[in-house]
Amino acid sequence: MVTRGFVGRRQPPETGARLPPGQYLTDDFPILQIGPNPTVDRATWQFTLRDGSRPIKTWSWEAFEALPRTTWHGDIHCVTKWSKFDTDWEGVSFDDLLADAGIAAPTPYLLAESYDDYTTNVPVSDLVGGRALVATRYAGQPIHPDHGGPARLFVPHLYFWKSAKWVKGLRFTKTDTAGFWELRGYHMYGDPWREQRYTGD
Amino acid sequence: MSSATPVTEAVVFRWHRAEIVALAPVTPHVTSVRLRCPLAESYRAGQHVDVRLTAEDGYQAQRSYSIASAPDGSGTLELMIEALPDGEVSGWFTGVAEVGDRVELRGPIGGSFSWDGPDGGPLLLGGGGSGVVPLLAMLRRRAQGWREIPAALVYSVRTRAEAIALPELERLAAEDASFSLHLATTRDPSGKRIDAGLVAEALRRTGPPGKVFLCGSNRFVAAASDLIVAEGVAPGVIRTERFGA
Repeated sequence: MVTRGFVGRRQPPETGARLPPGQYLTDDFPILQIGPNPTVDRATWQFTLRDGSRPIKTWSWEAFEALPRTTWHGDIHCVTKWSKFDTDWEGVSFDDLLADAGIAAPTPYLLAESYDDYTTNVPVSDLVGGRALVATRYAGQPIHPDHGGPARLFVPHLYFWKSAKWVKGLRFTKTDTAGFWELRGYHMYGDPWREQRYTGD
Repeated sequence: MSSATPVTEAVVFRWHRAEIVALAPVTPHVTSVRLRCPLAESYRAGQHVDVRLTAEDGYQAQRSYSIASAPDGSGTLELMIEALPDGEVSGWFTGVAEVGDRVELRGPIGGSFSWDGPDGGPLLLGGGGSGVVPLLAMLRRRAQGWREIPAALVYSVRTRAEAIALPELERLAAEDASFSLHLATTRDPSGKRIDAGLVAEALRRTGPPGKVFLCGSNRFVAAASDLIVAEGVAPGVIRTERFGA
């Protein structure tokens, strides 16, 4: 349905090709979350892999920082329409986490769990093969609490609500289990290139 | 989450046509846009909608806007759109749009940042600039039948002239003993930023809040959040919504 008089601001082709449908480019780094930043102290921080309710392995901050590091450079896309180009992240890849725990993924799905009780679901196949990190650095610096530090999940090929801030662990689930936003109408998968913002997209 | 937010099994947001039925300036930079749309009967105060505009050649742009109205049975809802410099969508609403023009809406979105009378209170609301819009919707909802619920609005804005719905808020504060308005104008002569005193006064009027909603810039929300937690309010009752920059 055409809106009378709307022309729009076209992006240069090289920008347009990098923007998923419905997104616009921002130079800011907007902050979106459900409540205040939780207080997370590196001295007591823990990260735990669980199979359902059973803990598989827990890392302290020191142990986590000693794991192999992976860097990532590229574009990120938020469901609220902004995209940000050429961002740099560093952390521990999901593959390296599994390797350090000495396991293969026990189920095809998991829920990321955060210190503020936020949760979000991601299929394991979207985390393996170097596609996801538990990130601890952004633009060469420790991640600011506003952006999810000390550690956040980082799954850049999905909308950014999947990249849970203040993450405290990953819980493998037998079925694809909706998290906080997915229970409230957000898409179960969230591929920006297919514009899967909400259920039914 | 242990909030009272209703969670339904399958929430599906579809695009709906919406027709502009009224346009009115609210401040030098903000325009009230009232739209007739099926969504107008099914939202909660505090939620937002996605707006989509389509050009002749099929190019589309989308933005999210908070709903300013409370559901009132009129079949319409109100958005308040701030003209941003070079704003692709806001520029159309504030410079081109006329009554009778049609856009598309979907939603309502954002269940955790919403309030209805049965959710109770007391309500402590904090808005920075146009972040007051979803809070205005909550106060309008409260005024429809829940005026016994104590409520306070801490509102930080550059100048009185830029304050959204100020006459309505001041009238409500004057006639409703259980609502108080705490205005901080940061750029007016003798103006100030929100501080511990302002927050403490708002809390003294409401009593311990059952629900806190904060909306505004990152800086405003972070500052307000810290001040409220410092007054002894549990972080778990605070819900925030921020915009970028």
